[in-house]
Amino acid sequence: MDINTLKEGRKLLTEYKYELGKLDKGYTDRSLYINISENKIDSKPVTQMMKDKFVGGKGFGLWYLWNGTTPTTKWNDPENEIIICGGPVCGITQYPGSGKSLVCSISPMTNIPIDSNVGGYFGPLLKFAGWDALELQGKAEKDIIIYIDGNKGVITIEEAPLEAIDSHVLAEQLTEMYADNEADKRNVSVVTAGTGAEHAKMGLLNFSLYDTRRKVTRFKQAGRGGIGRVFRDKKVKAIVVKFSGVKGNLNNPVDQAIINKAGIKMHKEMHNLDDKQNRMRKVGTGYSVEIMSAYDLLPVMNYQYGGHEDAKKIGPDILINNYLTQGLEDGCWYGCSMACAKTADNFELQTGPYKGQRVTVDGPEYETTAGVGSNCGIFDPRAILEINFYCDTYGIDTISFGTSTAFVMECYTRGIINKEITGGLDLKFGNFEASVELLHQMSRGEGFGVVVGQGIHQMKKIFSEEYGADPDFLFDIGMEQKGLEYSEYGSKESLAQQGGFGLTNKGPQHDEAWLIFMDMVNNQIPTFEDKAEALYYFPMFRTWFGLYGLCKLPWNDIVPEGNKYTSEPAKIPEHVQNYLDVVYGVTGKRLNTTDMVRESERVYNFQRIFNIRLGKGLRANDRVPYRSMGPVTKEEYESRQERYDGQLKEILGYDTEGKSTEEKMAVLRKHRENQYEKLIDAVYARRGWNSNGVPTLERLKDLGMDLPILVDVVKDLQ
Amino acid sequence: MIQIIKLNGRDFPWEAGMTVEDIMNKKNFIFPKIIVKINNQHIEVEDYPTTIVNDGDNVQMIHLLAGG
Repeated sequence: MDINTLKEGRKLLTEYKYELGKLDKGYTDRSLYINISENKIDSKPVTQMMKDKFVGGKGFGLWYLWNGTTPTTKWNDPENEIIICGGPVCGITQYPGSGKSLVCSISPMTNIPIDSNVGGYFGPLLKFAGWDALELQGKAEKDIIIYIDGNKGVITIEEAPLEAIDSHVLAEQLTEMYADNEADKRNVSVVTAGTGAEHAKMGLLNFSLYDTRRKVTRFKQAGRGGIGRVFRDKKVKAIVVKFSGVKGNLNNPVDQAIINKAGIKMHKEMHNLDDKQNRMRKVGTGYSVEIMSAYDLLPVMNYQYGGHEDAKKIGPDILINNYLTQGLEDGCWYGCSMACAKTADNFELQTGPYKGQRVTVDGPEYETTAGVGSNCGIFDPRAILEINFYCDTYGIDTISFGTSTAFVMECYTRGIINKEITGGLDLKFGNFEASVELLHQMSRGEGFGVVVGQGIHQMKKIFSEEYGADPDFLFDIGMEQKGLEYSEYGSKESLAQQGGFGLTNKGPQHDEAWLIFMDMVNNQIPTFEDKAEALYYFPMFRTWFGLYGLCKLPWNDIVPEGNKYTSEPAKIPEHVQNYLDVVYGVTGKRLNTTDMVRESERVYNFQRIFNIRLGKGLRANDRVPYRSMGPVTKEEYESRQERYDGQLKEILGYDTEGKSTEEKMAVLRKHRENQYEKLIDAVYARRGWNSNGVPTLERLKDLGMDLPILVDVVKDLQ
Repeated sequence: MIQIIKLNGRDFPWEAGMTVEDIMNKKNFIFPKIIVKINNQHIEVEDYPTTIVNDGDNVQMIHLLAGG
């Protein structure tokens, strides 16, 4: 359909004009509030209190979300919000990975706040258009598109009945519609979901960037927690921002030179070392598939196993040599020399509504390859790319889709569900056709795909209540916690990582703490206190990136040459200093590493109390499925019998001679579950929480977070 | 009798003439960012094939991926 026809279908609901404003030290000092129930658009001040206590990014998102909702708000209530915010450093072009924004909402998967970080151009362009954050509330009656013209200072909400819904079509249409010419397309960025997000709770948001070399609209994803489902439930088809005039000093930093210096140092490091280290510029995060398999960490067949001989078939060399376009600068924001956003170009689709079309597939990231690939017993790169494409354009999170599909495949293999239940789909491990058909069903809103799209938490309930499955067994093998599916690492042999997943605020996502090597391989954190310290420091450190609009990857997916001679090489001290310099350069704030952690801790505790306000956030909610701790089934135990028998003898002094596998499994399980409880005790104490996981009033006061609204929630739980 | 050395603080069977590279191969340590120290002395990558690990050595092979 041509652009003029699409425009003819539009109906203007409201228009809002604003002064363009001025950025100073990384802030515009105002945020954009849009209520689509009332077609109301307004400007809100960003206060000094917000900057002091919440910084930006995820901090601002959670603050607005708290104030916009109540303790009884559900994900699909009109008052639920979607907040997009980059943070004060977001948008600089000198240092790699500085174009991130954070998206917050009450999640359909977990019914608590979710935060999801995303690249693409939308966050920086929104800020340059004059807004530190976008706060979206309400529900439209019909499908709408919101347009922000950051050069003219005009915002419109229009009914948009004719535009496509699937992201790869819609983003092309809107980029074409709003750009003045080909060169102007890079100034347009679009947030979209997809048809799958209309039916599946695991819906995601795509943030576009226009690739001037490939001449195609590409995406990065705010994948976790179902924000795309909220987006489509609000009947938003897209949010578009346009701003021309991007240059390196638009944040009006206090010290441009110190930012430039840190950036140049990093670019040289990337140029000289990446090929010898992770090859991020060639294959992106997919570099680690074979590595994870070698260390028994790659999830295989619903996390039953940690490696597979076919991992090499979906490993980096296969992707580089056969699929991923090489030699192009693939950053998801200007100036990122890590450039890990790889694509498979001219990829011909084999299934679905776009069968036969040649498309650009963004990825596959490690999590996608492991989730929709090995975890489902699929070791065919073409199959992974096809699922990757359809997940993106339908607006489906590849991690939740992969982990959920792996779960139903195990249930099918064990006879818990059958073809009558799956609508004829032969959901055995390795069946790509059945897996991709689940996706197409999510898009069409029909069949077993809609059930899978609700996520494992809901499926466990359905399978036990309607099909007579053993709920305890489903709890053991269903890799979700708090309602969110696990991301793609086996954690059985790392107690710290069990906590890294289980003791998160939003659910088991690795972006708080990935501690497997420190714990399982390096043996650097052997005691409960050591593990608790790591589970204090790293989640706070990782949270910090999400406050400022930074990507985590340039922190430790490249390391400087002299790093090994530093006192704490795991923390990459030189890069940490770079970040402190960059933050000073932009904002004028002189921070040290203690300050960094405290900034994060304020927001982290706020989020914990937000969970409590919504009825979760306590010790009971930090319980994890046993599959994340140890072998649930006989075959899992026997596949690593030497390891488990050895541990029983060495750690517990248990004589395994003559014992059945079931007897040994029971002893091991009791031990590991006990270890996890002790870990919780240690971590809560280190974080300043009581034994029920509630932040103490003393800790809140110490952090300057004894706000009356927070004290009211926790005072009776002390 | 099998001799034991310490590798990352855990027991590891030692054989005479064993090099750093031999240990890495036996352990399948293929991660590209590993710091190797023997008795707290750094070993450079180019020296892995020729550096002999002696009985009683304390070997550390620290994988640099932490926190995410």
